[in-house]
Amino acid sequence: MPNPLDLIRKLGHAMVERIWRLGFASRFLVAILAQSGTSFRRLSLTLREIYFGGVLSLLIILVSGLFVGLVLGLQGYEILQRFGSTEALGTLVALSLTRELGPVLAAIFFASRAGSSITAEIGLMKATEQLKAMDMMAVNPIARVVAPRFWGGVISMPLLAALFSAMGVIGGWLIGVVFIGVDDGAYWSQMQASVDFRYDVWNGVIKSFVFGIAVSLIAVFEGYDSVPTAEGVSRAITRTVVTSALSILALDFILTSFMFRGAS
Amino acid sequence: MNRTILDLWVGFFVAIGIAAFFFLALKVGNLSSSHMSETYVLQAKFDNIGGLKVRGPVKSAGVVVGRIADIRFDPQTYEAIVTMNIDGRYRFPKDTFAAIFTAGLLGEQYIGFDVGGDEKMLQPGDTIGKTQSAVVLEKLISQFLFSKASDGQEKQ
Repeated sequence: MPNPLDLIRKLGHAMVERIWRLGFASRFLVAILAQSGTSFRRLSLTLREIYFGGVLSLLIILVSGLFVGLVLGLQGYEILQRFGSTEALGTLVALSLTRELGPVLAAIFFASRAGSSITAEIGLMKATEQLKAMDMMAVNPIARVVAPRFWGGVISMPLLAALFSAMGVIGGWLIGVVFIGVDDGAYWSQMQASVDFRYDVWNGVIKSFVFGIAVSLIAVFEGYDSVPTAEGVSRAITRTVVTSALSILALDFILTSFMFRGAS
Repeated sequence: MNRTILDLWVGFFVAIGIAAFFFLALKVGNLSSSHMSETYVLQAKFDNIGGLKVRGPVKSAGVVVGRIADIRFDPQTYEAIVTMNIDGRYRFPKDTFAAIFTAGLLGEQYIGFDVGGDEKMLQPGDTIGKTQSAVVLEKLISQFLFSKASDGQEKQ
């Protein structure tokens, strides 16, 4: 039977630890922003990270976007059929993708595909004392290693989310129009009539940009703050994926409640 | 600094990302067709606006000529004041009739302009005098039922 006082002390310790890390993460973000000059002056550093984070995530984003669109098309048709309004399929697919599913799912895929590898890379660099070696050579590791990875993620994320939504719309079109036989003109015209550029598409882009900042910051921070052992790095990678997914969904709720209050 | 194969891939990625964004803007959204460059404001007072929403359409002859900008309640007259942004290309006569219609049985509600024959045109900021409120389904049904009931009494 553990001592109840002991339990309370552990709980308090965990709380203080969390707040401590949050403060450190905020200071870390400021340090990244202050040291960002290098990532744009030596653009090849950032381009390399866009390649590893964005280009190599293309396949999973495109394929999963297509499948999400296919499923939305099937399920949407099945439900809309009950109300005799299958022409609204385009509206349903496009709105759910541009507003929510595109940014959120693309960000979660990005976190698990690219965020985890960024954490592993920086964590291993720390474990093998490469970051310290850079410091010894008067190379700032935040400017040389962390900031380009951060900006690579922030730049890639909106592009990936747009691709995800576009593929989803095409997937919904494939199922709805090509296979089931919803009218082609109705699919596109109903979609265009109800999707507003500023209200729906642009808000989705803003969301994906915010998610990009959150996921990239979590990935580089967990790597930089990891315990420099094999076990510590593996724990940091797990934390990256879990924290990213949770903060994406929480941020999505906050952003949605600001953006789509319902106009009345 | 030399060009590398990596630059090609990043360029490809950025290009198709931007292409997807344009696809969303032009094909999925309605950036190309729906922009109204210049608008002017008209107001109308209704006894009952039903389910009218801000950003809902204003139509004349079925064509969208404007959007609803604001809906307020007037505490003096107990009426709803609806402010509309009308496309600057279109002018309407002074005796235009503004009514609230429903698209389909359960569809969204919109304001329809029935154009009159007046020579004078509504100026920006004017209030439309003649309006018809939204049809409230419950009132319609109860009217119908009461008239049926009174018919039945007369027959006896």
